[in-house]
Amino acid sequence: MSQKNRLQSGGRVDRSKALTFTYNGRQYKGYQGDSVASALLANGVDIVARSFKYSRPRGIVAAGAEEPNAVLQLGATEATQVPNVRATQQELYNGLVCSATNGWPSVESDWMGMMGKLGGKMMPPGFYYKTFMFPQSMWPTYEKFIRQAAGLGRAPKERDQDEYDIMNQHCDLMVVGAGPAGLMAALTAARSGARVIIADEQSEFGGHLLSSRERIEGKPAADWVAGIVAELAKMPEVTMLPRSVVNGYHDHNFLTINENRTDYMSDKAPEGQVRQRMHRVRAHWVVLATGAHERPLVFGNNDVPGCMVASAVSTYINRYGVVPGNKLVLMTTNDNAYQTALDWADAGREVVAVVDTRSNPQGERVEAVRKRGIKVLTGSGVIDVQGKKRVSGVSVAGLDAKGEKVTGNVQHLSCDTVASSGGWSPVVHLSCHAGVRPVWSDEAIGFVPGPSVQNQLIAGGISGTYALDKVLAEGAKAGQEAAAKLGLQAAEVALPNVRKVSEGKPMALYHIPHTKPTSRAPKQFVDYQNDVTAAGIELATREGFESIEHVKRYTAMGFGTDQGKLGNINGMAITAAVLGKSIPETGTTVFRPNYTPIAFGAIAGRNCGPLFEPKRFTAMHKWHVENGAEWEDVGQWKRPWYYPKQGETMQQALDRECLATRESVGILDASTLGKIDIQGKDAREFLGRVYTNAWAKLAVGKCRYGLMCGEDGMVFDDGVTSCLGENHFVMTTTSGGAAHVMEWLELYHQTEWPEMEVYFTSVTDHWATMTISGPNSRKLLSELCDDIDLDKDSFKFMDWREGTVAGVPARVFRISFTGELSYEINVQANYGLHVWEKLFEHGAKYNLTPYGTETMHILRAEKGFIIAGQDTDGSMTPIDLGMSWCVSNNKPFSYIGKRGMAREDCVRDHRKQMVGLKTKDPKVVLPEGAQAVADTKQPIPMDLLGHVSSSYWSATLNRSIALGFIKGGHDRMGETVYYPLADGRVIEAEICSPIFLDPKGERQNV
Amino acid sequence: MLHIYCPHCQELREEEEFHCSGEAHIARPLDPDNCTDAEWGEYIFFRKNPRGIQHEMWYHTTGCRKFFNVTRDTQTYEIKEVYKIGEQPKVVAEG
Repeated sequence: MSQKNRLQSGGRVDRSKALTFTYNGRQYKGYQGDSVASALLANGVDIVARSFKYSRPRGIVAAGAEEPNAVLQLGATEATQVPNVRATQQELYNGLVCSATNGWPSVESDWMGMMGKLGGKMMPPGFYYKTFMFPQSMWPTYEKFIRQAAGLGRAPKERDQDEYDIMNQHCDLMVVGAGPAGLMAALTAARSGARVIIADEQSEFGGHLLSSRERIEGKPAADWVAGIVAELAKMPEVTMLPRSVVNGYHDHNFLTINENRTDYMSDKAPEGQVRQRMHRVRAHWVVLATGAHERPLVFGNNDVPGCMVASAVSTYINRYGVVPGNKLVLMTTNDNAYQTALDWADAGREVVAVVDTRSNPQGERVEAVRKRGIKVLTGSGVIDVQGKKRVSGVSVAGLDAKGEKVTGNVQHLSCDTVASSGGWSPVVHLSCHAGVRPVWSDEAIGFVPGPSVQNQLIAGGISGTYALDKVLAEGAKAGQEAAAKLGLQAAEVALPNVRKVSEGKPMALYHIPHTKPTSRAPKQFVDYQNDVTAAGIELATREGFESIEHVKRYTAMGFGTDQGKLGNINGMAITAAVLGKSIPETGTTVFRPNYTPIAFGAIAGRNCGPLFEPKRFTAMHKWHVENGAEWEDVGQWKRPWYYPKQGETMQQALDRECLATRESVGILDASTLGKIDIQGKDAREFLGRVYTNAWAKLAVGKCRYGLMCGEDGMVFDDGVTSCLGENHFVMTTTSGGAAHVMEWLELYHQTEWPEMEVYFTSVTDHWATMTISGPNSRKLLSELCDDIDLDKDSFKFMDWREGTVAGVPARVFRISFTGELSYEINVQANYGLHVWEKLFEHGAKYNLTPYGTETMHILRAEKGFIIAGQDTDGSMTPIDLGMSWCVSNNKPFSYIGKRGMAREDCVRDHRKQMVGLKTKDPKVVLPEGAQAVADTKQPIPMDLLGHVSSSYWSATLNRSIALGFIKGGHDRMGETVYYPLADGRVIEAEICSPIFLDPKGERQNV
Repeated sequence: MLHIYCPHCQELREEEEFHCSGEAHIARPLDPDNCTDAEWGEYIFFRKNPRGIQHEMWYHTTGCRKFFNVTRDTQTYEIKEVYKIGEQPKVVAEG
């Protein structure tokens, strides 16, 4: 297919570099420098989408980030699929493959469109929710089909093979936008010695100057831009980021920028290159020079392909050498858009008429158009468009002075393109991100940024300034102001010479009336992407949605991937008019990050796969890997879960590990336990304040178990703390709770009791900890340790000793989490593997068996020992856990948790209390989380008595065991409770003591 | 993302290094055992959550491990001042 709309010359495309691309399965040609949109227009492609709700054919409307219709699915392979790419922002490359996002069987002939045509009037806002409400249970089914019909692009089904990364940047001044204002600001600040980053979403710097025929310093504007860019490029303290969308402007001048590094040149990033890069910039000062988007006018059938924004038409002609039609009707409320008529005429195509809503336009450009003999219809508007898949003509009528009513006769004009301009909307999006509400400017006829609390300046279009000479001056001023604020000597920069153009006053008009009332007029689209019409907004306000935020949500205006960049102001103006209020009274919605849609890959950067989260390994990790451990993640720690042997199921492995430990000796890598070294003359008193039990008399060489509560009296951590010296202790915490406990201790020390002399040091990583447990553990240890008297009467349960194990200095703690005779050997971490291996050398004859966290859980549950965080959930006091033995009320200081435990709710009857549970059928293992009831015949919702917190198969006891909570459970021993499950089964269980094995503790006292 | 000046390190650091510990200047009652349930509940559960100036405690988790106070505007996220534990704020809410 030939590029029928391509001009022979002109524009910034390179006609010597032809590119081939595929759209909807057909091949087209374009040139280097094209956007996908300009290439499609060059080839005469009119329809690029079917609309969201009515499935109406839609064409390209704009030329930048504000494009609502040309939202394509990109990607040559499954892994490189990118949804929702705006054709106007995607640069063309050879081999590019894209397709329309929706439309079935194709956008050209769409079946849903029939429904839109037939049902258009019957599909008001809220249609889907109103219609498909009943029965409610069917909504998921309806929704699936509705979503499919809406077509919002699709994610790739295969893994993205490209790499993305994230870079942190700092600068004195961040300039957002490299149009005339941004360039001047950057240049001025950079010449003053500031460290500057300037970013722009387009492939080239220059902003609208790239599409303009204005002259600066007597040269084409683009030449002036090239000079500035060349100067900036030479400055070492200036970073230039083209193809970089500043997507978020966050608190404290933090900005997120998405740089497209290869998307513009290939489907997949070339080997070794990063596809996109997120710059995270912290700037001392920010200049927002984001410009403005031209607003289309709202009129009947204004969505027929061929209806475009006036400046976009100029951009396609001037920048890309593409005239998107043959016969133009231009409707405008201002002088500026007359340039589009001149550009169109200069391209050698026919301007049928300029329709100006003002009664007496007079300005330089108006006169220029008249001089060319182009018909100017004043005080008129295009009220309706004819044509289905392309504009074929328009109806033009006279309007009253305010543009509220049709007054004159309706005349028909034949044309294929309708350009419209309702003025410009400053791009205030970024300024909104940090919570600033835009304010209305009557002068600019648009919202401009409100005052910011950040170190932020604005320049150019964003402040409602559109005349080039003023834009350049504002840019230079912003650059100077930033430099001065930064304490630099602001450079004087001569303002470039541009010709001033005299302009008439623009008219504030958004919605062109029709001869019929809006509700009966042809559809007048406000938000193309979400099919929101002027009639829809009127209906929403009639139905009582008067706040602009409610109107937005009810009609879905601005909810598309374009965030309503084109339509929002028109929508607000229509809402205001219906309510009889002014636009500032009606107010505006605000924009949130991101400015344009962004790939998940760019957010993730390198933090995915193995780099998703740091992993922590113990000193014995290598051995666990070599011995086939399965893993459990505990916080960031990789802990062996169990060690299956060839052919073993998990349960078989657990049974073997449990029995070996109970019968002979097992070994656990316990290095991940949190360990905090505590020193200072007040260390002992401090322990007494943060633990619920007494610490005053713990002698050197002794260990004690302690419970830690919050001020509410609820248990949050536990562990053993040992006395190393009169003023020296080592505390252990749960593996997952170590950091929290550390912060907790520091909090109380620093904020409540700073007078106490105590110091905390995390020593978790300094020690490798291995627990040998079982009746043969003493024998095994004695083979490797000859300087500690292991005799049961000299090294007692809950003692610790310093000595040498396997030739290495060690602390050995005789504590037990299994109920067996048990020694916890701590050595300097880098000796860990050596000692571990020595233990296995000597342990073979005792069948020394490694066990993981799961066996540890089973063995402790047999003894009724809790795991903080599994059996507790922040709502259990020590008393609820049956651990009143671990609470001392004789301590002089009111320790943390004491007062909380005494609260009325904590001392009432029928609190949920921890008990043991034996299923009636010993083979049945209760699911953890199951809820107990007393009577299964109760109507739903049943009275729930409590949940199962730990449940296992115990090989030692040859039956299932469980720990759980039952209301008033401590007084209900022997009673039966029922656990109804989701699958209909009911498990019957008897309440019993949580200590299933060796209630007297004889096994550990041998 | 906030940019926070640690008064102990005396440097501006990224929010990622810190952990917010909630409202500042909530002193633990000196005699908890003689507090009523209502008083104790007030101490542990109730927070002002103001719109505007708030004094809050931050912990330099991955830095110096010190707590300090921050006066922050909850509406604009401006940090008005930082000061050490035990010191009093200079910027306070009006009224």
